[in-house]
Amino acid sequence: MGHTRSAQDSARDPEALLRQLEAAERSARRGQLKIFLGYASGVGKSFKLFDEGRRRHDRGEDVVVAATQPEIPPGIVAVIRSMDMIPCRDTAGIPVIDVPVLIARHPQVCLIDGLAYDNPPGSRHARRYQDVEELIEAGISVITTINLEYIAEQQEFVRSVLGKAPAQVVPQAFIQGADEIVVVDAPPETDTALEAQQLSLLRQRALLLAADVVDRQLEEYLQLHSGWAGGASGAGRASGSSGSGSGGAAGPAAGPSSSSGVGSTWGTQERILVCMTPRANAAAMLESGRRNADRFHGELFAIYVMQDSLTEEDKMALERNATLARAQLAQVDVLEGRDPVATILDYARSHGITQIFVGHNLRRTWRARIQGTPLDQLIRDAEGIDVRVFPH
Amino acid sequence: MGAETKRGRLKVFLGYAAGVGKTYQMLTEAHELKKQGVDVVIGYFEPHRRPDTIALSHGLETIPRKALEYRGARFEEMDTDAVLRRHPRVAVVDEFPHTNVPGSPRLKRWEDVHALLDAGIDVLTTMNVQHLESLNDQIWQSTGVRVRETIPDWVVKQADEVVMVDLTPQALMNRLKRGVVYPPDRAKAALENFFRESTLAALRELAIRQTAYSVESRHLDEQEAPVDAAPGAGRRERLLLVITPDPSSAALIRRGRRVADYLRADCLAVYVSPPGRRGAGEGSGNGRPRSEGPGVGGSSIENSTLDLRGLSADERQRLERHLAFARGLQIDTRILVPGKGLGEIDAADAAEAIVTFARQNHVTQIFITRQKRRGMAAWFRTGLVERLVNLARDMQVTIVADRSTRKASS
Repeated sequence: MGHTRSAQDSARDPEALLRQLEAAERSARRGQLKIFLGYASGVGKSFKLFDEGRRRHDRGEDVVVAATQPEIPPGIVAVIRSMDMIPCRDTAGIPVIDVPVLIARHPQVCLIDGLAYDNPPGSRHARRYQDVEELIEAGISVITTINLEYIAEQQEFVRSVLGKAPAQVVPQAFIQGADEIVVVDAPPETDTALEAQQLSLLRQRALLLAADVVDRQLEEYLQLHSGWAGGASGAGRASGSSGSGSGGAAGPAAGPSSSSGVGSTWGTQERILVCMTPRANAAAMLESGRRNADRFHGELFAIYVMQDSLTEEDKMALERNATLARAQLAQVDVLEGRDPVATILDYARSHGITQIFVGHNLRRTWRARIQGTPLDQLIRDAEGIDVRVFPH
Repeated sequence: MGAETKRGRLKVFLGYAAGVGKTYQMLTEAHELKKQGVDVVIGYFEPHRRPDTIALSHGLETIPRKALEYRGARFEEMDTDAVLRRHPRVAVVDEFPHTNVPGSPRLKRWEDVHALLDAGIDVLTTMNVQHLESLNDQIWQSTGVRVRETIPDWVVKQADEVVMVDLTPQALMNRLKRGVVYPPDRAKAALENFFRESTLAALRELAIRQTAYSVESRHLDEQEAPVDAAPGAGRRERLLLVITPDPSSAALIRRGRRVADYLRADCLAVYVSPPGRRGAGEGSGNGRPRSEGPGVGGSSIENSTLDLRGLSADERQRLERHLAFARGLQIDTRILVPGKGLGEIDAADAAEAIVTFARQNHVTQIFITRQKRRGMAAWFRTGLVERLVNLARDMQVTIVADRSTRKASS
């Protein structure tokens, strides 16, 4: 996979330009999706949702309430009444959003309290979030609410904490694709210590999920606005290239073009890069890398730089290390470049790395190849990135 | 107040910019409390000329502020003594990281808040994530904003609750454009400078992560409490920061503190008196690090005038500032005197002193900066980092990036 693509490439490519224009046009026609994300019921999502609806209504936007929770808290009733309402149709005791009526009425904004509902068989769509998709396609903006436990990819975690998880779920990709996601945060209110512990785990998880969404949006935004299209990090992560290095796929060619400095601008999440060499104590570095990444809720990368001088034995050692790295859930990449240090730093910059882990023997392995000691060179040139040297 | 007074509870409403709704949410909660019959007063709140917020302050008892004169101008601060005399159950105190005008009884508002907490008063307060001391360089690096008013992390860590007040950057920018946050002329300048979408998104992400971190660390505190009490409990990581008069040390201290917090590690700092000078000489034995039993031992000589003699007045002042800064972040500081007491100290001696101290104190990671500036502590260029890396082969050595200079971006 090509990791580096310069800005000029995409600027010159008329088809890419056309695709961009089409995407922009499509998104202009589409409604916006905004999601209030909570970690438990009672944190105030409904209040935030309808409060925002009321504010927009007061500013003159055409707002319609399309779904409420079965029980409406007394504080919210008056707020809801101040807006137009197109109630759900009750089908076999299950509330279903009235999509045809909503599309015909075509408000600017539609409020839907509770995204994770399954529609009864025979409905227009099997799930409520698919109804929402149709509304957005039709150019109606939707503001909605969801709790962590209703996100499909979070179910395993929720079950490990609570011992159970609800059956009705929404795919995480749908949440991540929202134009805006807002955290509704409040300390858990509970009488039992156990429940408080459980809730704080869910709360933390919801916050981290939101942070990851923000991080991705930020990267996309920076890539879009810096003319740095198709940047390595976005491309690498979007296609889930974790483990792609197994077959010795060539990474970026070392070159000065990719160290555009964009990488240093996001820097809100810790990203750790473990540099593996045949004889480095990769296991210790990877283990520490994983632990550090977990503590910071950051990401772990592991690379090695292919060298002509490697023996068969070296290559086997590297392959073993790559396996270890994948076991630690690192994104593994094999790089090629005549200057190992420059290659490492190029990779680090284009992936927004904040800490580089190296072993002592970086020195020995490459000493013969380059002037000076590579470790010193790495330390000297790793501007803006911490370098952690591991004992051998 | 009797000694049995129970310390008040502290709740922090955390945001990432002016206008996200911290004060609004805090006042909403104060009204809720009042409705439940809780005795709540406003100790200090910053109206920022926002009608919504001002309206919310109505109906709550407000303790009048105290006016102070400084250099001919009039300033108003919280009247902490008056709040203490009034002694409500809960006090609302806006802008936690605020620095009081000179002449106030306390330097920082968080110190005023501590006085209230000590007296058993619960406090609701607000702050933005960028005011956290340990994030100062990171914020500067990723946003170009150097925040002057900071608050030590441990102060925020002591909060019983940190609540994220979230608003998307898009919504915040709309608020700005509508003139909700600042008057039109200021709003325009703000949108062009601080309030760029990427800046706001980066700060917002930091605030969300910070909240998650505070939830997690409270959770772990509760789980770890009994474990720590047990003898021979799991070995903790220990960080040792090597500080110098060089300005890069401030960033080193912040970064080290942050990493230590996240790793739940202990954090120590040393200064090694420079080579090219006489060793410690009289008074400190032979100057070799020596063990002083468990805990932080070594050749530490606090506030010894001897050790700082080799520095210029300027360097000395800077070093003392760094040592005080580290102590303010609850980092144990020590001064090491390398060498054999006589003769010149060289980088090898300095490295050896650091590593010996580190071993005696069960340090697992040494943090050091690359020194770039010439003239100052030039001896570091003689290879202390390299020697340290070579010598400390039984521990990790982290060369901390210089985050005090910002690369030109975009």
